[in-house]
Order: sequence, then structure tokens, then C-alpha cells
Amino acid sequence: MANIISDETIDYVGILAKLELSPEEKEEAKKDMGRMLDYVDMLNELDTSGVEPMSHVFPVNNVFREDVVTNGDDRDNITANAPQKKDGAFMVPKTFV
Amino acid sequence: MDLMSLTAVELGRKIKAKEVTVREAVLAAYDKIDEKEAELNCYVTTTKEAALAKADEVQAKIDAGELTGPLAGVPVAIKDNMCTKGVLTTCSSKILENFVPTFTAEAVINLEKAGAVILGKTNMDEFAMGSTTETSHYGATKNPWNTKHVPGGSSGGSAAAVAAEECSFALGSDTGGSIRQPSSYCGVTGMKPTYGTVSRYGLIAYGSSLDQIGPIARDVTDCATILEAIASYDPKDSTSIKRDDYDFTSALVDDVKGMKIGIPKDYLIEGLNPEVKDAIMNAAHKLEEKGAVVEEFDLSLVEYAIPAYYVIACAEASSNLARFDGVKYGYRTPEYNELHEMYKKTRSEGFGPEVKRRIMLGSFVLSSGYYDAYYLKALRTKALIKQAFDKAFSKYDIILGPVAPTTAPEIGSSLADPIKMYLGDIYTISVNLAGLPGISVPGGFDSKVLPIGVQMIGNCFEEKKIIRAAYAFEQSLKAERI
Repeated sequence: MANIISDETIDYVGILAKLELSPEEKEEAKKDMGRMLDYVDMLNELDTSGVEPMSHVFPVNNVFREDVVTNGDDRDNITANAPQKKDGAFMVPKTFV
Repeated sequence: MDLMSLTAVELGRKIKAKEVTVREAVLAAYDKIDEKEAELNCYVTTTKEAALAKADEVQAKIDAGELTGPLAGVPVAIKDNMCTKGVLTTCSSKILENFVPTFTAEAVINLEKAGAVILGKTNMDEFAMGSTTETSHYGATKNPWNTKHVPGGSSGGSAAAVAAEECSFALGSDTGGSIRQPSSYCGVTGMKPTYGTVSRYGLIAYGSSLDQIGPIARDVTDCATILEAIASYDPKDSTSIKRDDYDFTSALVDDVKGMKIGIPKDYLIEGLNPEVKDAIMNAAHKLEEKGAVVEEFDLSLVEYAIPAYYVIACAEASSNLARFDGVKYGYRTPEYNELHEMYKKTRSEGFGPEVKRRIMLGSFVLSSGYYDAYYLKALRTKALIKQAFDKAFSKYDIILGPVAPTTAPEIGSSLADPIKMYLGDIYTISVNLAGLPGISVPGGFDSKVLPIGVQMIGNCFEEKKIIRAAYAFEQSLKAERI
């Protein structure tokens, strides 16, 4: 395997992805990611110098509209999905400790 | 008369002619669901009560002459990644086990306007990440042709429901082949339109630059008719495109005289099952008999589509799935002390292994230090792949090829080796990268009596060419059967 994923890398990816992995999952993830990157490295066979990265196949422009409210107040229905709510707002754990 | 063996258009015609009521059609669908669902597991949620109420409402509008379209009163199944107001929408994930949207996806609204009656939400790979519908949190779906085999994925529930007659047609979504591949495995007809043709508003995003909603149905006529109903310009989707033509059914013509068809030599490679190859060559022969000019050519870059796709799709997924954090909707872990712990535990408990694998790869390729080497490299490769297709379409009207290298694999045989599973997407993925339309039409069976799909790929906005070719091919097969 050409790509060796270190413990530091997988921990860093865990922080970026907001995922907590068990020690077994972590080992598995290191192997999986290493294998995937080995495979992706195939792209290096291609000479892409001078090729512009293409994020969209068609030219996409920003779509603007007048700043007029078109949707009504749907707070009760929206907060009905919340795992925890209080006084018509989403409730989260304390963010300042 | 078995109403569920009819195509959507045939059933719609009978409803219009007052030979069948909408209620009878909807009840016939639920009879099939009751009969087969325990074995196949096509649906995550069924909504019988609401469907029957809707049936009466639609019937009244048909009787009043307000609904006159071809899909009025026809029962439809919706993939469970499209939001449906008031109806559970899970994406086949635990993290959305209790999510009830407050709005309906634009494509589904368009179907409702056409008078189609929603039966329920179909099973899929979790967040549409998979090729077998085995990664669903709600159990695997079985292939109706042989329940030891997978229906394909990720729209496996939709394709299996159409094949098993548990609905008259269904909607699926296609990010890397998720409409065409299960359609191929289940022996039904599925179409991915040009990117931007059908609004993605209300489609729970996986890879936004690749995702498209499309029809899964009994035949090409149904597909064209459904596409005509769901396609629309939608200001709520910033990538929606105002097209000049939406009259896809006008292409249902049995005439391919002079049509130039290219078969990529680099599709007919090692790994392609010989029986699948025979089916493709047979399709080419049938179209030739009708006057098409078929040629083999070098498309190039075929094998690079898969790594480019996984980098791009996973990158977009890692960003799109950041919204599932246990705050606004869905699952939240029961025990936590502070915010970040809540996020991490919620996501780790709520997502399945394949989703986590893709989010992590996506986070990695977007991280500083790797962004250029992986993400931009993949986008540059995408540009080259688009150029290769542009070149091909300067010579050919359509491209003909396989949908998948094999027929449906056995349940349990795919997930152990992700890269091997990803290789199965080789013929479908580049179509998404280049934004092209593609259709999968049944082209026969292998020696195990599993269906083989034939893929036709068109240039952007040239759905009509693939509809015409697919229709002509379908007519040839029909004539052979008679």
C-alpha cells in the first residue's frame, strides 16, 4: 500500500467530519482510506496541466430575486422535527462553558 | 384484468376512459404490496389512507375535466430521499428515522399536479451511497426476479417496486448510476435526464453537481411521459435549466434511419460479462436492421471516471451531510455533555459504515494540503472526460453500451470489497460527470434468467435522440416476442 494513513491523519479527519470512531473503526478507516487513495492516485497518470478544474458542466450563474418574503411562518411545523426545543426555538447543549 | 401489469400510460388511459376508477387502481397497487412486500421490502413507508383520500380527490378532478393528462390517477412510488410534506422521509438512514418534511420536492409536486397518486416511499442505499440497496438502515430490498440477488442501487426499492408491480411507476435519483443500474438489474426502464432538467429542490443532496431525479418505469413511453411531467425550470434550484423543449413524448417514433451510433471499444473490456456483451451487440444489430449506422470507437479515459467520481461525490457529500447534526431534525444521541460531543455521537450513531467512509474520504480530499492534489485533480479529470464525450458526440448521435458489467450479484457478495463494488459503476458514472442524459432499457436475460440492461447515452439536452433509439429497440424486441 502506497498511502499509509497515520493515527494523526485519521484523528484530524474525524474532527473535520465530526465523527467519533471506536479503536476498531479507526483501524478499519485507516485501511479503507489508504486503499481508496491508492486507487485515486491513478489520476496522476493523466497530464492535466493547463486544464481548468470543472465544477459544473454548464456555465452556472448566481440566481437573484427581489428580496421579498414569499414563504409564511412555519415555525411550529419546523420545530416539530427538533430533537429538543424550547419556546419555539431549537434547544442545544450549552456552547459557552 | 390485472391493472398492475399495465404500463402507467395504459392505466392512465383506462382511468380516463372510465373503465377503471382511481380508487380501484390504487387498491390494486396495495394488493400487490400486501402480497409481495414481506418478501421484497421495496418500501420504507406506505401511506394507504392518504393515497385513498387522494384517489377520490383526483377522481373528482378527472370527472370534472380538470385533470386530463396521461398520468392522472396512476399510482406512483417515490424514492425516500425526496421530501414529502407530512410523510416520513428517511433516506434509508437512522439519522432521519423520524424526519417529517414541511415541504414537498418540486419533482413530486409536478407529479401531484399531473394527478399521480403517491403510494409510499421506496427503500434505497443509505443517502443513495451504494449499488445494492443493502446499506439501508431498514433492511435490504430483494430482486423480484430472484430474491437471492440484489435489486441494484441506490434506487433499488423504486426499481424493484416497478418490476414487482407494487406501483405503476416510480421516481429515482441518479448520482453515479442509481436509476440506470437498478433498472438494468430489475428489468425495467430507467432514465437519467440532462443535469438541470428536473429540479433538485427537496431532493436530499448527496453529490449536488451530479444528482438528478428521473423516472423508473415499465417502458420507454412511460419514461418519456413521466419525464415530461416532472421536468421544469425551478428558480428554487440554482442549477435548474430553462430548456427549449419539454415535449419528450414527441420522440416516441420507431425510426432510427441514418442515426449514427457509437459503441466505445473501451467499454467492451475485461470484466464485462460475455452475456451482457452479447445483449449490447444484439441491440446494436437490431438498430442496424432499422437503418442506424453503428460503429465502434475509442472514447478514452473510461477507467479514470471512477476515481474522479469518488473524489468529487465524496467531497460534496462531506459538505452536504454536515447538516445532519442532531439539532434541527432527525436523530440525536441520548447521552452527551457538550455540543461537540453531541454532534460527534449523533453522527457516529446515526450514519452507517458506507456513509461514514465517504464522508471521511470527502473531508480528507477537501482538507488543506490535499485539496489541489485530489479535489482539483478530479475536477480537471472531469473536464477531460467532458471533452472526450464532446468529441464523441461530434461524430455520433448516441452512444450505446452496457449499464453494468454484470447482472445483479447475489446479496452479501458486494459490500466486503468497496473498490470492487465501485468498479461496477464504470459505465454509468462518466454520464453524471459530464451531465449527460442516459437511459437503461431491458435487453434480454442471462442464463440465470436475470435481466440485462442496455444503456443509451445522449449529448446534453438530446434526450429525444436516446428516447427515439430506445423506443425503436423496444419495438424490435416486442415484434420478436409476437
